[in-house]
Amino acid sequence: MKISWLSTLAGAAVIGTFIRAVFFTTLEARQGAAQKIFYIHVPAAWVAFLAFFLVAVASGVYLWLRDPRLDRFAESSAEVGVVFTTVVLITGPLWAKPIWGTFWAWWDVRLVSTLFLWFIYVSYIVLRGAIESPELRARYSAVLGILGALLIPFIHLSVYLFATMHPMPIVGKPSAPSLPIGMLITLMISLVSFTLLYFAFVRARYNYAVERDAAAARAEHDA
Amino acid sequence: MADILSAAWLIARKDLSIEFRTRSAFFSAVVFALLGLVIFYYAWDPTAVTATDLAPGVLWVIFTFSGLLGLHRSFGVETADHAIDGLLASPASREAIFLGKAIANLIFVGAVQAIAIPALALFYNLRLGAVAGPLIAIAILAAIGLVAVGTLFSAMAVNTRLAELLLPMLALPFFVPIVIAAAQATAKLLSGRPVIEVGAWLKLLLAFDIVFVAACTLAYPFTVED
Amino acid sequence: MPSAISTGASAPPIVEVAELAREFGSRRAVAGVTFSLAPGKCLALFGPNGAGKTTLLRVLAGLLKPTSGSARVAGIPLPGGPLARSRIGLISHHTMLYEALSPRENVSFTAQLYGIRDSRARVEDSLRRMSMLERADTPIRSLSRGMQQRVSIARAMVHSPQLVLADEPYSGLDESGARALTALLGELRSAGTAIIVVTHNLAEGLSLATHAAVMQRGKFLRYDSADRIDAGSYAATYREALAANG
Repeated sequence: MKISWLSTLAGAAVIGTFIRAVFFTTLEARQGAAQKIFYIHVPAAWVAFLAFFLVAVASGVYLWLRDPRLDRFAESSAEVGVVFTTVVLITGPLWAKPIWGTFWAWWDVRLVSTLFLWFIYVSYIVLRGAIESPELRARYSAVLGILGALLIPFIHLSVYLFATMHPMPIVGKPSAPSLPIGMLITLMISLVSFTLLYFAFVRARYNYAVERDAAAARAEHDA
Repeated sequence: MADILSAAWLIARKDLSIEFRTRSAFFSAVVFALLGLVIFYYAWDPTAVTATDLAPGVLWVIFTFSGLLGLHRSFGVETADHAIDGLLASPASREAIFLGKAIANLIFVGAVQAIAIPALALFYNLRLGAVAGPLIAIAILAAIGLVAVGTLFSAMAVNTRLAELLLPMLALPFFVPIVIAAAQATAKLLSGRPVIEVGAWLKLLLAFDIVFVAACTLAYPFTVED
Repeated sequence: MPSAISTGASAPPIVEVAELAREFGSRRAVAGVTFSLAPGKCLALFGPNGAGKTTLLRVLAGLLKPTSGSARVAGIPLPGGPLARSRIGLISHHTMLYEALSPRENVSFTAQLYGIRDSRARVEDSLRRMSMLERADTPIRSLSRGMQQRVSIARAMVHSPQLVLADEPYSGLDESGARALTALLGELRSAGTAIIVVTHNLAEGLSLATHAAVMQRGKFLRYDSADRIDAGSYAATYREALAANG
């Protein structure tokens, strides 16, 4: 298999980010080594939101132009988004355990919202798998792609209101408002490298979708 | 607009008379709701958790699940003999078809609530009289949001390979804000807090209804083959 | 006075189709069809399965949008709005009925949906023509397939459409049902309704038709008007199309 320049670049950037994060960024005073997971957790969350935002945009434009390329992009972006959301959901509890003493914290609005995000886009993937006709699949998933994005603020708001009305003792809030400059730079680098990784994954997944659809069209033509 | 509403009402009446004739979905939804109320009571230790604490969550979780039972059937009756083609080929607009189905579902869900809420008061020994007004407002707002999203996904789910299996999976994430808001607001009411404290939740429900009634009505024509 | 006004030729056509095509992804189900049909005329459409007959009817019924080309029904370009759809009666191989409701309720629902005021008499009349008045209050699910098909036809006629699109209307009908349908379509034709009927049965199709076409791979393989229809040669073309398809 040919590795594209984008994948190579993204891979190198992510490895570089981790090297910098582990060896060349100072330890956070209170959290120690556990805080290093921050450089995976935060950029993964950013990429997840970017992915689902782009799913909604591609879905909206698809319903307007009916261009199958937009559907393939939405499909690819949703799958990559679910992968990054899964990373958020794994790294979140791993980070929370040493800091808060529990794996799961219902008062952490962002983590809980991310869980629901994961449910929405897993059902998006299941929906796609449950429809035979490519055209119907594209329309239905575009509708869900848009409604899912509309839902996110409502989930966030309801989880937030819930958390503020039922305050829990918060031991230490890990996302420090003011990061030392070294950590901030590492964070910025991680955001860039994860974004590159997102585009590399989406491109690979998109190319796969193109080949799959071409093969299906050939098969239908022969039949 | 008048055309849309009169066609919608005609379609809703047709759905309700089908439901009235068969009564299958309504009875199963009511029995499901009552069974749920009873079973949930045994899921907690009554000496540790009071019925007042328990009731709101039980009510709204059961409400969403029994609502799904009614929503399953909504577009099922249209696909059996492709009756939906008859609707789509008629002068009724697609928006009218969606609203008609949604109105029928709303009446269905409302009727289930009208039995489930008094039953909750009976089984959990609650005095709902004093909070009846705000509670009905919560019930109506919750039902509208649930039905808007549920009707759209019912229309989509019937055309997939998984059919009714897919509906809960698609719809439940969308019911999350409804359940949280309705249950929290009900809890506040039952614990005797002033109605003003419920305001934020009511606003959330209202905003949800406005956004999703509009979005789902606009989205429905895209789910129809054209 | 000249009587030319009453001939079909001068009346504006109910259906005008030009180079109509409909694609599903890369598949061209209808691939450029041109014809027109005046009031009181009947087009019989033959062709093997998958030739695009049903798709053509669904485009004309407003259920599918054309991909390219143009189609007009009663002068309204498709995809038309409620007005165009209200002129059309659709009979398909699905009954489009609600099995929990009675024939009367089903037909009456359709009549109201088409905005017919005072629909009771129209519903009665429609059911009587298909000899379904005696069973008018039996739920659809307790009727035989043939009776359901009769109700489905009554349903499609209740609003006196200007254009009837009938996809395999004879399927499931017994002999008397088929006779009733042929008589009804004949009456509609003489009242000025245009009819497009898709059928596998050449004899039934041609007995009504003023025009006939054989469709294959989305195109009209052959299209003739009344005076040139010859059952024998049609049978040959039809067999040819079937063979080419298989």
